[in-house]
Amino acid sequence: MSTGQVIKRAKYKTSLKDPGTDGVLKLTEEKLFFRPNDPTSNMKLEVDFKSIQSHRNTKEGSNKPPWLNLGHSQGNYIFELASYPDLNVCREFVGAAVLLLCFTLGSISTLSGIALSRNKSGEAPPAISGEQLSPAEMELRIKLLREDSKLQKLHRELVASGKLTESEFWATRKKLLDKDESRKLKQRVGFKNSMIFDTKPMSDGRTNQVTFSLTPEIKNQIFALKPAVHQAFLNFVPSKMTEKDFWTKYFRAEYLHSTKNAVAAAAEAAEDEELAVFLKDDEILEKESRKKVRRVDPTLDMEADQGDDYTHLPDHGIFRDGSKEVSEAQHQLCRRTLLQDLNRQGAVVLEGRTLDSEMEHQRTVAEVLERTRHESDGDIEQERRNRISRMTQIEDLQEQGDHPFAPLCIKDPREYFDSQQANAVKTLDHSQAGMDQTRCNLSSEEAYGFLKVSISKIKTLGISDPLVSPEIASKVLAGLTKNISTSKYQYGKNSQESVLDILPNTTKEQLLDHWVCSQELLRHFWSSYPITTSNLNTKVNRLKDSISQMYSKLEEIKVSARSDMRHQVSLIVHPMQQVLDAALLHYDADKRKRNAKAQRLNGYA
Amino acid sequence: MTSAPSKLYADDVSLLVVSLDTNPFFWSTFSFPFSEFISHVLAFFNSILLLSQLNQIVVIATGCNSCSYIYDSSSDSNHSSEAVGMPALYSNLLQKLEEFVAKDEQLGKAQTPGAIASSLLSGSLSMALCYIQRIFRSGPLHPQPRILCLQGSPDGPEQYVAVMNAIFSAQRSTVPIDSCFIGSNNSAFLQQASYITGGIYYRPPQLDGLFQYLSMVFATDLHSRAFLRLPKSVGVDFRASCFCHKQTIDMGYVCSVCLSIFCEHHQKCSTCGSVFGQSQSAANL
Repeated sequence: MSTGQVIKRAKYKTSLKDPGTDGVLKLTEEKLFFRPNDPTSNMKLEVDFKSIQSHRNTKEGSNKPPWLNLGHSQGNYIFELASYPDLNVCREFVGAAVLLLCFTLGSISTLSGIALSRNKSGEAPPAISGEQLSPAEMELRIKLLREDSKLQKLHRELVASGKLTESEFWATRKKLLDKDESRKLKQRVGFKNSMIFDTKPMSDGRTNQVTFSLTPEIKNQIFALKPAVHQAFLNFVPSKMTEKDFWTKYFRAEYLHSTKNAVAAAAEAAEDEELAVFLKDDEILEKESRKKVRRVDPTLDMEADQGDDYTHLPDHGIFRDGSKEVSEAQHQLCRRTLLQDLNRQGAVVLEGRTLDSEMEHQRTVAEVLERTRHESDGDIEQERRNRISRMTQIEDLQEQGDHPFAPLCIKDPREYFDSQQANAVKTLDHSQAGMDQTRCNLSSEEAYGFLKVSISKIKTLGISDPLVSPEIASKVLAGLTKNISTSKYQYGKNSQESVLDILPNTTKEQLLDHWVCSQELLRHFWSSYPITTSNLNTKVNRLKDSISQMYSKLEEIKVSARSDMRHQVSLIVHPMQQVLDAALLHYDADKRKRNAKAQRLNGYA
Repeated sequence: MTSAPSKLYADDVSLLVVSLDTNPFFWSTFSFPFSEFISHVLAFFNSILLLSQLNQIVVIATGCNSCSYIYDSSSDSNHSSEAVGMPALYSNLLQKLEEFVAKDEQLGKAQTPGAIASSLLSGSLSMALCYIQRIFRSGPLHPQPRILCLQGSPDGPEQYVAVMNAIFSAQRSTVPIDSCFIGSNNSAFLQQASYITGGIYYRPPQLDGLFQYLSMVFATDLHSRAFLRLPKSVGVDFRASCFCHKQTIDMGYVCSVCLSIFCEHHQKCSTCGSVFGQSQSAANL
């Protein structure tokens, strides 16, 4: 595959029904050729990949023949390949070629062509299903390649030359792909956090009229916040009054409330029982809050929460004036406090939106809301029971639940070390027997005797006068200073300057490219171990070839470097070759191991 | 030499704690004689003390059965012992060394004769660290401590855990461990020790010039090292010993709870007692 072309036996079909012409399909990086076996046939093809706008193929296991469908502006080229492996090879190749052309041409037209033809795929025969990328994904990849010239270079180097397949290349860059994916995350709009209790009346100043503006959104919010209003809406609206009357009445009540004229409100309420509904405390809410209180852990100290009360703070920048309300709180009808409002608002916002606000008809909205509320009631009751039953257990007396994890038990360290001591003694001679044979021949008396003799020798003789002979001293000095790289002296004055900078630009570029490339290859190489499937095996073989190619390329750079630079270049190239060496060594060792294993298995069989 | 307030510990004053390998089995078979070795080392000690009056040397003998402090320059009795024509340092140290070897032999006799031990590197490292901790706690002014391992005998894989623990505690108290390895093969323990603690690992290729290597590479105090180009290690052998058979392994099993290392699959971690599930690969085999 690394030759940059693919040749496969295939049948060329002009249409789906066409029985097809036998021949040979040849794919190169720029073009595809089809040569029929029958030289007299006029079904010869030579097509530029530039004109290919889409490519599809049949799925393996779909009991359809392996078809490769290449769409161009006038129609399709359909090739029936001999087998699915053949098809996969061709598909990868075509995908890479088309993708490559897309960005080398620098035009998005091909791409949009691909996307367009995909959109029209409804008309495509159902047998041809897209195992390949979705157009969005393709677009994303091209975008990434276009934005990052280095990535593009790497892609060209590795994918176009067949060292890696398209999917392998991107598999290691899932993060890049995902990052863009995440931007598209759908998030539902929740309830607004602003208090809709504050539907501010607008007065024109001349007349006594006040205007409230009302949108479906606000209506929704009102229903959610005030179940009593909701209930009233359900009771009254079509039967007793129109929707408009209902809202007028509601806002009248709100207005009365906002004026803080408790007496007037009471008077009005006495006259109009519908209006009274709005002014009264919300019974449903009360019931709910009673329910909530029952759900509170009975062991919780509610007293502690009194400090959290913030009614004493003057006006929170909210339209409603908290301090005044407190003073008038003695009146039955106007006991709605800022705190209650805030709490209710918070609860509703947290509860979230239960249905889309786009629903136009208020009546249906109201009904749906009603239903969902009922449904959740049952759950809540069940949950409450569970909670109570859980809380009434006394944990200490319960038997231990089955933990899904093994409890950690650190044993007595002494026990561990004792057991290890025995092990150590046991394995000591065993592990060192092969290491140093001569040592075993010596008894401990002899050994200690030798040591004692040495000590007494030096005691009597003293230290020899020239401790180190001059020749050896100069040798040692040379040895210790040899490794201090000369480049450090010449170029190391400026710490910003690296050895790379003194190399000619082309060499530098080449080295950097090779480095990036070999890193990529190695990443793929090492990630394919252990080899568990034949697929991985072929991949490793392919990668090993590429790695050895890379190795020789590096060798070339080393040799071709200018003589004065050669030392520096080889210093840089050396570690690069080392890592490649390690990979090749591992490949060989692994292969040997696997062969041995296979033989052994055969032997047993 | 007790610490007087007039003493000014500059940043180039060192406390050198030396672990001296006195494994008789190693030295009796090694090509470079122990007497030569010790004379180079003694000269090196002397030059360290000459570098600065405040420099301090502590020598710990590392035997097969025990470890012991054999010299401390701060508590050196200055009166010369019986040996004439030799500095007090040398004669005192040699005297103590002789005593140590005799004691070590005594201890060895109590044990089974077949067991050939490697030097107790872990023990001498621990002793060195203890000494250094004492210096650290003596007051705000103290010399810059470092440890030098003069090791020849090969690693004892059974000491792996203890040595690693010593290394990590040295790292924690920012005490570099320098290692000068005399033996034929590189020591993985000392390579790791120097690598982790930021010390120097060096294996002199020419043992005749040992003194020169010691004085050129290991004599420099921590402050001056920043200005020198000391030999860099070529590579570090990071292999670990398994906890079960104390063998050095390339690949093994690691307990996911306590990170203990094993050479083969176990049902249960011997360190922390976690029960392991059947691994995928083991199930396939």
